[in-house]
Amino acid sequence: MNIYQDIILDHYHHPHNYGKIEKSDNLVKVNNPLCGDKIEMTVKFEGEKILEIKFHGEGCVISTASASMLTDFAKNKTKEELKKLNTKFIIKMLGIDLGMTRIKCAVLPLEALHKLLKKF
Amino acid sequence: MSNIQNIKKRFPIFENRSDLVYLDSTATSLKPKIVIDKIREYYEKYSANVFRGIYPMSEIATTEFEETREVVSKFINANNAREIIFTRNTTESINLLAYSLGRKILEPSDEIVTTIMEHHSNFVPWQVLTNEIGATFKVIDINEDGILNLEFKIKNSELLKKIISKKTKILALTYISNVLGTINPVEEIIAEAKKINPKIIVIVDAAQAVPHLKIDVRKMGADFIVFSSHKMLGPTGVGVLWGKEKFLNEMYPFMYGGDMIDEVYVDRTTFKDTPHKFEAGTPAIGEVIALKEAIKFLEKVDMKNIRKHEKEITDFAIDRAIAKFGEEIKIFGPKNIDDRGGIISFSFGKFHPHDIAQILADSGICVRAGHHCAMPLHTRLKVPATVRASFYIYNDENDVEKLIEGLKKVKKILI
Repeated sequence: MNIYQDIILDHYHHPHNYGKIEKSDNLVKVNNPLCGDKIEMTVKFEGEKILEIKFHGEGCVISTASASMLTDFAKNKTKEELKKLNTKFIIKMLGIDLGMTRIKCAVLPLEALHKLLKKF
Repeated sequence: MSNIQNIKKRFPIFENRSDLVYLDSTATSLKPKIVIDKIREYYEKYSANVFRGIYPMSEIATTEFEETREVVSKFINANNAREIIFTRNTTESINLLAYSLGRKILEPSDEIVTTIMEHHSNFVPWQVLTNEIGATFKVIDINEDGILNLEFKIKNSELLKKIISKKTKILALTYISNVLGTINPVEEIIAEAKKINPKIIVIVDAAQAVPHLKIDVRKMGADFIVFSSHKMLGPTGVGVLWGKEKFLNEMYPFMYGGDMIDEVYVDRTTFKDTPHKFEAGTPAIGEVIALKEAIKFLEKVDMKNIRKHEKEITDFAIDRAIAKFGEEIKIFGPKNIDDRGGIISFSFGKFHPHDIAQILADSGICVRAGHHCAMPLHTRLKVPATVRASFYIYNDENDVEKLIEGLKKVKKILI
């Protein structure tokens, strides 16, 4: 199956939640030195829930689309719910068949999200 | 090469994957049938261990195994077959040198010199060793064309004099960059380096050179060269270390155990002479035996023809890519085709190398994306990753056209 589905490309060309929250509660940077992908993610909480979440950086189609979709999903979810997310969830969310090498691109935003939640 | 279609027929993978466009021979080459058949022959007809059995099967295996040593020795014009050591791969050959030679000779006041275009395997072992000993690690830079910054011409190069001194114990450099494709003028560099410091030991990483150029170690003037079977049509699991016998005799063994000992007592052990001193444990017997078939194949095609073919196809590919995409494509490495092997690493528009390689893969085109085990070089080039297409004897102009079509598709999908 072609991984460059319209919905993936749409998120790549017009990523949701792209940018940086100025007065954020937490900020993390993750990168994949193998392909040079870099993601910075910022978050604002309201009690146990994520009120706002944004990302920016350099990435391939898969990591950008994954970050866009994951930040959409994370809004209004509780920290406990989000801590449970795993690779399987990301694959399901993207709805595409990823080979072993591209999975790393797809889960980079999840790594950022988990790091954001770690302190809390 | 006019008989390229005939060459393709010798590689069974093209029968099984008729649409295969394989542009990743820098990572590993495809294997001709005679190599595969030879491995099969060993396992089906005389699959015994070497240097042990008195029975006929073991004798055949040992003879075949040692024949490869002779064939390799002649192929690179070594002084004799005792100078040929079989390892697992180029990486192991270099680590052997760092351990058995570097560790023995390096003092804190010494220096090791390498280049920014090295594969990690000819960079990290020296970096780690100098750090451990407290010695100095020096790195030769490149210019904008991806050529070693030695202020060409090399003869009496002022820059080389600044880098290499009497303190330099080891110069470790690649013959051909696995990213830029740059063919370094190793013969001239070695001559100049030895003029500055006659005691310098020069190690040449020839992993990307031996499969593509005629190599003559005596003419080259190096003290050691290293390369891998799997990049030169041979099986995986076999590397070669060639070294001058006088150094090999003085070096420590690398690993201790079976096959490499002479006599063992409770309190002491004596070791075999080189090359067996460095070949502990059962080697990749079938693979070593089959390597000689790969070399015979290369010799039949003739290394001169291989170089000519790769030069032509690389030139053609660069011309086609620039004609089609202009400044959208940025090709790294030397502009002069004489300075470049069959390797083209590039950036394409704003597209991520992984996405480019993926879309090409969907069209059956195999290229590599990433830093190709050369992160210091990519940092120097100020790009996190590149796409790399590389050519060998089974590639033709059709493959280039398919690559161009594939890149058009990348634009179509991602813009």
